[in-house]
Amino acid sequence: MRFSGLKVLTEGLTGNKGWGPHWRSPEPKSEYDIVLIGGGGHGLATAHYLAKVHGLTNVAVLEKGYLGGGNVGRNTTIVRANYMLPGNSEFYSHSLKLWEGLEEDLNYNVMHSQRGIINLVHSDGQRDAFVRRANSMCGQGDDGAILDRAGVEKLLPFLDFDQTRFPIYGGLYHRRGGTARHDAVAWGFARSASDRGVDLIQQCEVTGIDVVNGVVKGVQTTKGPIRAKKVGMIAAGRSSQVAAMAGLRLPIESHVLQAFVTEGLKPCLDHVVTFGMGHFYISQSDKGGLVFGGDLDMYASYAARGNLPLVEHVAEAAMTLMPVIGKAKMLRSWGGVMDMSPDGSFIIDKTEIEGLFVNTGWCYGGFKATPASGHTFAHLLATGNPHPTTVRHRLDRFRTGRGLMDEEATGSQHNLH
Amino acid sequence: MRLHCPICGERDRREFYYQGAAVMLERPGPDAGAAAWDDYLHLRDNTAGDLDELWSHDAGCGAWLRVTRNVSTHEIKTVVLAREIKR
Amino acid sequence: MRVDGKGLIDRSQPVTFRFDGTAYRGFAGDTLASALLANDVRHVARSFKYHRPRGILTAGSEEPNALMTIGRGASADPNVRATVQELFEGLEARSQNSWPSLGFDLLSVNDLAAPFLGAGFYYKTFMWPRVFWEKVYEPFIRRAAGLGALSGEQDADHYEKAYAFCDVLVIGAGPAGLMAAWTAAQSGVRVILADEDSRMGGRLNAETLAIDGASGADWAARMVSELAAMDNVRLMPRTTVTGAHDGGTFGALERVSHHSNGVPKGGVKETFWRIVAKRSVLAAGAIERHVAFRNNDRPGVMAASAVRAYLNRFGVSPGKAVTVFANNDDAHRTAMDLQDAGVHVAAVIDSRRDAQAMGDYRLMSSAMVSDGHGRRGLEAISVRTASGVEKIATDCLAVSGGWNPTVHMTCHMNGRPTWQDDIASFVPTPGAIPGMDTAGACNGSFATAACLAEGAAAAMRSLEALGATSTEVAVPEADDSAYKIEPLWAVPGNGRAWLDFQNDVSVKDVKQAAQENFASVEHMKRYTTQGMATDQGKNSNVAALAVLADATGRGIPETGTTTFRPPYSPVALAALGAGAQGKGFAPERKTTSHAATVAAGAPMIEAGLWYRPSYYPLPDETTWRQSCDREVGWVRNTVGICDVSTLGKIDIQGPDAAQLLDFVYTNMFSTLKENRVRYGLMLREDGFVMDDGTTARLGPNHYVMTTTTAAAGQVMRHLEFVTQALRPDWDVRIMSVTEQWAQFAVAGPKARTLLNGLLDHSIDDDQWPFMSCGTVGVQGVEGRLFRISFSGEHAYEIAVPSRFGDSLFRLLVARAEALGGGAYGMEALNVLRIEKGFITHAEIDGRVTAQDIGMERMLSKKKDFIGATMARRPGLTEDGRAQLVGLKPAGAVKQLTAGAHIYSDGEEPMHEHDQGYVTSVGFSPTLGHYVGLGFVRDGLIRHGDVLNMVDHVRGIQTRVELCDPVFFDPEGGRTRG
Repeated sequence: MRFSGLKVLTEGLTGNKGWGPHWRSPEPKSEYDIVLIGGGGHGLATAHYLAKVHGLTNVAVLEKGYLGGGNVGRNTTIVRANYMLPGNSEFYSHSLKLWEGLEEDLNYNVMHSQRGIINLVHSDGQRDAFVRRANSMCGQGDDGAILDRAGVEKLLPFLDFDQTRFPIYGGLYHRRGGTARHDAVAWGFARSASDRGVDLIQQCEVTGIDVVNGVVKGVQTTKGPIRAKKVGMIAAGRSSQVAAMAGLRLPIESHVLQAFVTEGLKPCLDHVVTFGMGHFYISQSDKGGLVFGGDLDMYASYAARGNLPLVEHVAEAAMTLMPVIGKAKMLRSWGGVMDMSPDGSFIIDKTEIEGLFVNTGWCYGGFKATPASGHTFAHLLATGNPHPTTVRHRLDRFRTGRGLMDEEATGSQHNLH
Repeated sequence: MRLHCPICGERDRREFYYQGAAVMLERPGPDAGAAAWDDYLHLRDNTAGDLDELWSHDAGCGAWLRVTRNVSTHEIKTVVLAREIKR
Repeated sequence: MRVDGKGLIDRSQPVTFRFDGTAYRGFAGDTLASALLANDVRHVARSFKYHRPRGILTAGSEEPNALMTIGRGASADPNVRATVQELFEGLEARSQNSWPSLGFDLLSVNDLAAPFLGAGFYYKTFMWPRVFWEKVYEPFIRRAAGLGALSGEQDADHYEKAYAFCDVLVIGAGPAGLMAAWTAAQSGVRVILADEDSRMGGRLNAETLAIDGASGADWAARMVSELAAMDNVRLMPRTTVTGAHDGGTFGALERVSHHSNGVPKGGVKETFWRIVAKRSVLAAGAIERHVAFRNNDRPGVMAASAVRAYLNRFGVSPGKAVTVFANNDDAHRTAMDLQDAGVHVAAVIDSRRDAQAMGDYRLMSSAMVSDGHGRRGLEAISVRTASGVEKIATDCLAVSGGWNPTVHMTCHMNGRPTWQDDIASFVPTPGAIPGMDTAGACNGSFATAACLAEGAAAAMRSLEALGATSTEVAVPEADDSAYKIEPLWAVPGNGRAWLDFQNDVSVKDVKQAAQENFASVEHMKRYTTQGMATDQGKNSNVAALAVLADATGRGIPETGTTTFRPPYSPVALAALGAGAQGKGFAPERKTTSHAATVAAGAPMIEAGLWYRPSYYPLPDETTWRQSCDREVGWVRNTVGICDVSTLGKIDIQGPDAAQLLDFVYTNMFSTLKENRVRYGLMLREDGFVMDDGTTARLGPNHYVMTTTTAAAGQVMRHLEFVTQALRPDWDVRIMSVTEQWAQFAVAGPKARTLLNGLLDHSIDDDQWPFMSCGTVGVQGVEGRLFRISFSGEHAYEIAVPSRFGDSLFRLLVARAEALGGGAYGMEALNVLRIEKGFITHAEIDGRVTAQDIGMERMLSKKKDFIGATMARRPGLTEDGRAQLVGLKPAGAVKQLTAGAHIYSDGEEPMHEHDQGYVTSVGFSPTLGHYVGLGFVRDGLIRHGDVLNMVDHVRGIQTRVELCDPVFFDPEGGRTRG
């Protein structure tokens, strides 16, 4: 069924009785060409591109919970291509371009809104670093501009420019950055993949990976064994447990990241604003809630919930930067499990087991990568070769030191990225 | 979350700095080889149960601690001074 | 309307307030909601999506409809629940989300278009043309959405945060909570009793039930006053416990002065508490649920328990002819109470076949309300019975679909509630929160007698766990009637029957979600927005998932709930972030020269938490460059003074001090002679540069390490790690002494001249050659002198205990000025070091190796040191890495800019031709041109190459020549001379 304004109109006139399932819920077959472990945003995107770009539809996505139930369903929805280092720069540029055509591609309104992102600058040194970043973005063909203080004041007049602990010198303005409706991204990919023939199997937990003589043969699941020629692991914060079933140890630590939303308010913030000195970022959703977040809780966790110190720190950052939102009330806090890598950048690669592929290490930046993660992982699964934008994102880069992409420049400590 | 510092007593989490898995206590020799060093710095079991990890009482006495904590429930099992383990 | 003889309000204290500009009167003890109902104001709000008229539904913090903006100007507080806002003289409330007025709201047209705006409609449309989403559709949606508006002004109210500690925290002061607190308190343990209401007692204040023969409200008041008199008990009324967190930590919000007109002088609006409790008792009560039927959202349709609360606590009847619609016995008490108070009860409609009347009122059993009539206020209801549909005139319908225990807090740590069939509700799963017991209605025990007994029992369990001696307390006599219920979630029929009132989610929406295969409860929630409004589904989630369960052919327990998340009720960011507004966000670190520097007119800049001077302007200078050039000139030609106290200073002592330094630095320090200083390079264990600095050997077992300002904390922690975790066998002690010493650079050809005359004993080159150090007398004070230089000039750093810093700085500057120099700031310091090719964290940014900065020779091959092994990884040592170079303008444009990229000459300045980047830039007044440092691929062997520097964002492009990073005095004669 094709979605359109006309369809909404005709269905509305006939009692909305004609809407069908957005995706099928089939029972798993006994064998697939490709099995993807993890029905989050990246897994569903991979399925979509396998089907659409490579014509591979004998594919199953196995999800132990519900589709899009991981970080794609609980993030702060930011979409941007403002990375600095070679490897990341190309990849996120590629991703943003996919975002810009995603609604047509999926026939699903994911509400991608390029409302602009402003990274605030609070010192000369920080400005130099942001200029370097902005020049990387421009060199990549993306947009990046440096605003002086007056330029920021024009866009964000409600910030506290003078009394705040870290006065605002200016900002890095990324016009094409913005937000999207996170759940819709998962659902749009799911619907498209399902329509093209991919089986999305929910409530199906993988309990084992079958490897014979170094070659993957399939998986064991709570719905029985499934044979597969290739298996892709896309399990985000649970990556280590999945990989362990194949006897692999990953360079990943799982950490908790919290995010927050306030009660609905009339529009007061058009852009996405980030405040590096306070590890704080904020935007306003279309429903009117201020959506914001901060740093990791900074301890390993699978609990998908955090603690008060970080909650308070984030609110404190809000109060020094933009005390106009003091009377906005935090409605809900939540936490997700982050697959933190030693350089803060992701991994899309083959493993030492033939036919077993891994997609992990998104730290807390996986949402914006969703289309390109799926696109490039599908490319690797289908062709056996890395996509040109992910040649650096190898699993062995930490051992060799080749192609490290440490955007935060904090070194090999997983939680500092 | 509250940790019991063996020197200072029970304190709020915000007084402590978190380092990561306590494998960092077992520094390989300079010639241990690439794999051993990869294990030490990068690869992690990352299990979803009890984890030995390193914390430092940064805003307190400065002691480095080995904390055994369940990373699924956040329950803290034991806290010992790092310097006691190595001795 | 007000009912005589009822309520706990103070009728001797009338209170005037305004709602949407109209003045009304209420009484002390009223809430805004009760006062509005007393004045027969029923339509008070518009819903979120369809802008339907809405009235007050509840009498508690779960209220989904009656959200208002209280106050004016910067103090205007949006989305305040009228049901918890205590009335005060002069209160001003405004309705929200309507335009031009509450009565006539243009966006109520949405309600007519509802067939096209059902669940998830926006995912299926607004896609064409693409540009219209940001330009047309989304701006419209954003303007239409949202509830209240922020004032747009900076919050002027004061908020606070605080800690509290106790043995037993009791959450909720209804019968169970009061009994728990009372029982625990008898043993002498520290008890905190918190309740969100201004008046403790919970439902006892809203019901006519008796305890030990007295009225419930009187019993509660007596308990509260006795608890208040106990030293070991802290009562926290108006305090909502918002979340249960690890380690017995609870968040709690105290609304300190929302009940008064403005914040009293010296007072606060709210306090956010962190309560640390060894044990806790959750006695949070229950929330009555609604029943979905067509137009069940008419103003005048209310929770039955709320009708009783308004009557019994506030002396208000929300209607003149009240009807009751229920599926349980409990709700019948509404009719009884109303009749006792002389209010007409038109009918009680009970869906159960065997319902029995509890008094003399018209009971319609096996009947259901199928429609509500009256757009801006209920006028009549349609009741469907076996014999047909009857229309009954009524202006208030009291609805009860049963009670949902307030299990929220038990689910804040990943717990899931358990379905209990006999009460058709979820109850807490035991042990979900370590150390927490549950009691009373939140535990699914609704009778008052059970609440009292469970409260006492929970306290006894807490005391036992604490090892405290417990005293058996007598549980008073109270009502013990059974709660008989038959589930009823939605009345079958056409039309829209509402579940989530605020977000306008109907039964149809949930069914459509199921039809579209959003069958998981999480999918349904996200697709329909059910439960995502400000009440977070407190009023409607259980009913919605029951409808979903029905639509998907599953049971309710199998369907499950969505996740309960903190906070229990919303908390203002101003409270959570209290203290951070303005400068409070982070500590301010000031050096001892701060006062003198500010007095000299120097603009201060942030360097981490420190403040440092940018430059020291003279009266005739109009730009920072003039000042900077002059200050550079002073250092190069006479003498300059600069406060360098912000650099980290770590005192290292012990027999193994040298061994430690050899281990943390790449180069050797055990070979350093006493009274000498050496430059050291420190790597992280992953082989990249962590920091650099000088370390002085003051004695055989005594060193003082200097770190950069930025890395001082990191290096200190690193040394603690090495000494405690890796080598505890070494006998060495370390101590940060950054704040103990004030340290100043004295730099320039006249540096020694300046010092001689200031020091107690004069110095010369023989005793004090370059890189020497030692103790000196400074005007009778024992200080330290280091002959080191970050400017390339003959220079010293002189340190004295911090208490002498201010005087020494003034003395040094005065002497420098007498010699034709003076103080210099960060701008000049930066130019001086770039001229010499000295690096800072602009260069060693965490991604560079020793080789990258040309310091490969500093990696000792004679020893193991932190980072030694990983620094040898192929990726860190192979050709092709970007390496440190000096940069000179070589084209027509003579300007260099930091952050610019460097591209192959003659190629497009695009990513594929990127060769490197510029890290530091300054105009060298000494050389008369810009000098820069940067990193260029294989730059160490490319000196002399000319490349293309492009700063896309500043629109600057020039050709640059790569050169040795040391621009000035490469032989270093000036430093040593």
